[in-house]
Amino acid sequence: MQKTSVQELKFIELERKIKRENWRRMWFRFKKSKLSILGLSMILVLLFMAVFADYVAPYPSHAGLHIAFKNAYKPPSLEYILGTDMYGRDVFSRIIFGFRYAFMMIGLVLSLVAPTGVILGLLAGYYRGTVIEAIIVRLSDIFISLPPLVLALSIASILEPNIFNAMMAVSLMWWPWYVKLTYSMTVSLRNEPFILAAESQGASTLHILFKELLPIQLGTILTKVTLDAGWIILIGAAISFVGLGAQPPTPELGTMVSEYSKYLPEYWWMSLGPAAGIILIILAFNLLGDGIRDVFAGE
Amino acid sequence: MLLEINDLHVYYKSYWYTLKVLNGVWLRLDRGERIGVIGESGSGKTTLLKSILKILPQNGMIPRGEIRYDGKDILKLSGNELSKIRRKEIGMIFQDPMAALNPVFKIKDQLYDILKYKMMIEGHNPSSKELYEEASKIFSDVRLPDPDRVLESYPFQLSGGMRQRVMIAMALISAEKLLLADEPTTNLDVTIQDQILKLIHRLVMQKNLSTILVSHALGMVYQMTDRVYVLYAGDIMEEARTRELFSHPKHPYTQLLVASTPRLSSVGVGEGIKGKLPDYRNPPAGCRFAPRCPYVMDKCINTKPGKIQVNREHVVSCYLYD
Amino acid sequence: MEVDGKTALKRLQNYLNNYYFRKIVYSIVTLFGISILIFIIARVLPGDPARLALGPRAPEDVVEQYRKLLRLDQPIYVQYYYWLIDVFHGRFGLSLVTFRDVLTDITEFLPATVELIIFTLIIDIIGAFSLGVLSGRKPNSIIDNSVRIFAYAGIAIPSFVWAIILQLVLANWLDLLPAYGRLSLGIEVKRITGLVTIDSLLSGNLIAFGDAVAHLIIPSLSLAIGCIAQEARILRANLIENVNKDYVLNMYAHGIPGSTIFFKYALKPSMIPTVTIMTLDMASMLGNAFLVELIFNWPGLSRYGITAMLRKDLNAIVGVVLVIGLAYTIASIIIDLVVSYLDPRVRHRR
Repeated sequence: MQKTSVQELKFIELERKIKRENWRRMWFRFKKSKLSILGLSMILVLLFMAVFADYVAPYPSHAGLHIAFKNAYKPPSLEYILGTDMYGRDVFSRIIFGFRYAFMMIGLVLSLVAPTGVILGLLAGYYRGTVIEAIIVRLSDIFISLPPLVLALSIASILEPNIFNAMMAVSLMWWPWYVKLTYSMTVSLRNEPFILAAESQGASTLHILFKELLPIQLGTILTKVTLDAGWIILIGAAISFVGLGAQPPTPELGTMVSEYSKYLPEYWWMSLGPAAGIILIILAFNLLGDGIRDVFAGE
Repeated sequence: MLLEINDLHVYYKSYWYTLKVLNGVWLRLDRGERIGVIGESGSGKTTLLKSILKILPQNGMIPRGEIRYDGKDILKLSGNELSKIRRKEIGMIFQDPMAALNPVFKIKDQLYDILKYKMMIEGHNPSSKELYEEASKIFSDVRLPDPDRVLESYPFQLSGGMRQRVMIAMALISAEKLLLADEPTTNLDVTIQDQILKLIHRLVMQKNLSTILVSHALGMVYQMTDRVYVLYAGDIMEEARTRELFSHPKHPYTQLLVASTPRLSSVGVGEGIKGKLPDYRNPPAGCRFAPRCPYVMDKCINTKPGKIQVNREHVVSCYLYD
Repeated sequence: MEVDGKTALKRLQNYLNNYYFRKIVYSIVTLFGISILIFIIARVLPGDPARLALGPRAPEDVVEQYRKLLRLDQPIYVQYYYWLIDVFHGRFGLSLVTFRDVLTDITEFLPATVELIIFTLIIDIIGAFSLGVLSGRKPNSIIDNSVRIFAYAGIAIPSFVWAIILQLVLANWLDLLPAYGRLSLGIEVKRITGLVTIDSLLSGNLIAFGDAVAHLIIPSLSLAIGCIAQEARILRANLIENVNKDYVLNMYAHGIPGSTIFFKYALKPSMIPTVTIMTLDMASMLGNAFLVELIFNWPGLSRYGITAMLRKDLNAIVGVVLVIGLAYTIASIIIDLVVSYLDPRVRHRR
């Protein structure tokens, strides 16, 4: 036992070194595209603003209920970067808090949807030809055969209109896409020699699923997660825009666009502010996602 | 002199870098001659052939050199003259028939278009019946059974051998004077390779075509050509009569190539050649084989050796013979 | 006689294996699945649909009666069975908002949405192909770069934002086009098909036709821009890649004219991924229609649906979602048919 532990230590050391090299190589590849770096920086800035909204926003108290009619309808100025809304609240500050809700939504939805979808997809692809596969695939297909926004809206419509339920609606409508992705990748890998070899060596199913099939797919999955983030915000904003999600005075970006659009065309800056916020998030995640895709493209 | 290539440089340009593939290739071909160009994968053989027909991909450019066909410089030709050459005089057999046939069109569509435009330049507007008859004729030339079925098929529905025969048929339509063959059997099953080779040989003889056969299969080149060029990393290293080249190779690269060919009569498998092709983004300034050459000298690294006549019809590009 | 039986079986097997047949059967099965899903959403999830429908102030015995009417006391599969029969007979129930039969509501509002979607599709197809081809023909030219920038903007900006922007710029600031509705005040068109454009032409009322088209432009554009951007981008990328493929270079080697090569041999394989993505784009059109109809006050099925969703009008919601689900399924079958027509490999895959 003593002899092998020295060898084991050396091996572990080597493994760690290789892993570090891998990370460095991935970062190098990512760095190559300036647009991806731009995307990453944008996300970091937005995230920073979201987390520290109380400190970054010039008028944090304006995020919720706040009434100061004498300041209402002011156009963009130095004092109020994007002007004020009909209650006299600073639009810019509210947008920053809106980012907070946006990132919360992304975090919640993805952490629910990605693991569930991936696991289901792995199972479905691994147990090809069984009832498990049939059920999972058929179920996902059914969800997918309705236009996504329609499904999300109808789920949201039967729940109480608030931001949490909007997130639930988005999650319920999003999970099948991860199943589909993982399923199709697993199916193509299912009968590859290295999987069959692992099986014949008596590896446990858990091991095969998570240590053999999953790691190869992580790159694609990660790319999808990043690109999805922007669209999740879009659907969430759409749900709130219609009135089925976050309700006023919650400073959610979609709710704000809808609220303020009533004051078009005279006070057009109000509505375009949060809209620009949405666009920024989508753009940032698209750029970042492209970069991540390029990193894993060669693998 | 049917074809004469002088100092041909071909680069592939992309946003980040330029691949300087061909570095001053020279070649000549007389009417009725059958020459071969041998070299490993990636040495620029396909690029060379594509340049002759001026069908390089969009990022390909020819900054220097001339390709004289029938007295005229192809690189300076355009429009009608180039069209005529492509439709009637020079034809090419592509390396991978699956890649060279459009997957979403029937064989019929592609073949008829080729026939139609060739006949149009002969001043003749063919009807579909005439096209069908011509097609059937060509198919029997290449020994394709069941031409009706083949015409109505999509490329993926045919076997590899049949696709190659279609490819050959197409090339022959456009090749009345010169046939360019890019690895015509490499992508095929071993059992079919021989058949196809014999077919090409028979057709070339029958139509008295000048041929440039490009391959890394030395045996095939030995059988089918009168003269051979050795291409390495975009430079012609040696030129000689086929028998002479294989029995008395002069350039170190050629020697290693010939030695590495496994032969049934010899003992052992033969050695490979150490190293690999240079990076075309930053190719060696002098002789491009210098990094791998067992006889390398200082001046090989600095300047490219010129053409050195070793004896009648045998030319080497190597300082060993200076 | 025995031979007949065998060949008949063979033919049946062939039929069953036929690509199109299998697709349609699968779609029908999926449609049933959708109906189950919608049923669950409408009946099972909301807790107490009877209470939800009648409101918190309705007396308990009335709610109890309604519960019996909705068969809520029976096992789920029985409920589903009766519900399905109702649906097949077009009995979607009464709308809580309009107090009419939901089917009547649907037939009234559906044509407006149909008109909107068709117009959007026309703009989408024309736009995507023109831009994609223009861009792919001359890569890295000014046209190409402008199209690429436009594509990036088009994808990143959501439909409803485009709606607001276009409404602001084209209708309010530049006063080029009307901002709301389907027809200007005072213009009437006799209802024949329900599609105002067709009806006005059939009635010979050219002014109304022009007016109807003018009202269609901004809403359709808002729906179409995102799709055009994405499709043009894919078309362009595929064209640029395929133009250098051996099978295209082969055609050049045979002296075939460049434009024939581009518009026939390069375009057809490039169109395949573009058309494939139209399924997803169709889905986003149908979804975004909900917001766009709301913004432009478009009297269509989606706006009716939104009102139903806000008022928790379950019967109407179910009706709308079923109709849209059906429409989308049909649309994806059609698109799949087009793809399999373009790409023979799809047809012959086992």
